[in-house]
Amino acid sequence: MSVQTEKVQWSARVRESAEKNLPPSQLLPDEQPVYVHSWIYVFGALSIAAFGVVLASGLWLSLKGPTWWHTSSIGLFVNSLHLWSAELFFFFMVIHLWGKFWMAAWRGNRSMTWVTGSVAFLASIGTAFTGYLSQQNFASQWIASQGKDGLNAAGVGAFFNVLNFGQMLMWHIVLFPLVVGALIVIHVLLVRKHGVVPPYPVEGQEEFDTGPEAVVDVQGRADGEGGVS
Amino acid sequence: MGSIGVTFAGWLGAMVNLDHPAHYVHWGWFQISTANLVVILLMIVVFVLALFVPFPGRRFQ
Repeated sequence: MSVQTEKVQWSARVRESAEKNLPPSQLLPDEQPVYVHSWIYVFGALSIAAFGVVLASGLWLSLKGPTWWHTSSIGLFVNSLHLWSAELFFFFMVIHLWGKFWMAAWRGNRSMTWVTGSVAFLASIGTAFTGYLSQQNFASQWIASQGKDGLNAAGVGAFFNVLNFGQMLMWHIVLFPLVVGALIVIHVLLVRKHGVVPPYPVEGQEEFDTGPEAVVDVQGRADGEGGVS
Repeated sequence: MGSIGVTFAGWLGAMVNLDHPAHYVHWGWFQISTANLVVILLMIVVFVLALFVPFPGRRFQ
C-alpha cells in the first residue's frame, strides 16, 4: 500500500491530524508556562474531578434505583454524594468561568475553547435541572409542576415535557451526560492544543513577557534544576 | 452504613434544623434564598483567595 493511498483513507487523515495538532508531549505535558503557577488555574481540574464523582455516584444510583436511594443508609449516602459532588462541580466551574472571563481567555485563537466551555456550562444546568426532576419525591413533583409553565411558554414543552418522568430521566442519565462529557473532552483537548491563555501584557508591550525561564514543571522547578525538561 | 456513620449523620443533621420553610432575603424586586446567597458569597471569597493566596512551590520569573 503506497503512502499516497494511505493519505486518502479517513483513518490516516485522522492520525496525521492528531499527530500534528496533539503530539503526546502536548497532550500530557509535564511543564506549563510560569504564569500557570497560581490557584486560579486549579479550578478547571477541580471541576473535572467533581464531574468524575458525579458520574461514579450517578452510575451507582442508576444500578440500585429510587427505593434504595430513598430508604437505605448507603443509598441515602450515595444520593447525598451525587448531590454534593454536583454542587461542587458547579461551585468550581463558576470560579473557573469567572477566572477565564476576567483573563479574556478567548484571546489567541482560543474562541472555541471558550465556546465549548460555555456550552458545557449551559448543558450542565440542564443536567442538574433534569436531575432534580428525577429524584422521585415531592420536590421533583413540585419542580416539574412549577417548571412546566415556563417551558411551555418558551415553546419547548412539546418535546421537552418536564411532567414526563421517563423522558426527564433519560435526558438526565443519557443525553445530557453524553453532551457534557463530550464537550469536556473537546474543551480539554483544545486547551492542550492552544495552551493556557497568558495574562494581559504590561501596558506598552505586545505580549506577556514570560522571562528567560518560561516554563516550570509540575513541582514548580525550571528546566535544568532537576525537574523534568 | 455502619452505626458510626448513622451517628455522624444524625449529629450533622442536628446541627442545622432544616425542618422549616426556606429563609429568603428580599430587596425590592430581588429575592434569593439565604442558602443560595451564602453559596454565591462563598464562591466570591474562594475566587478572591485563589487570586491572592500564594501557590505552593517556587515561582520562576
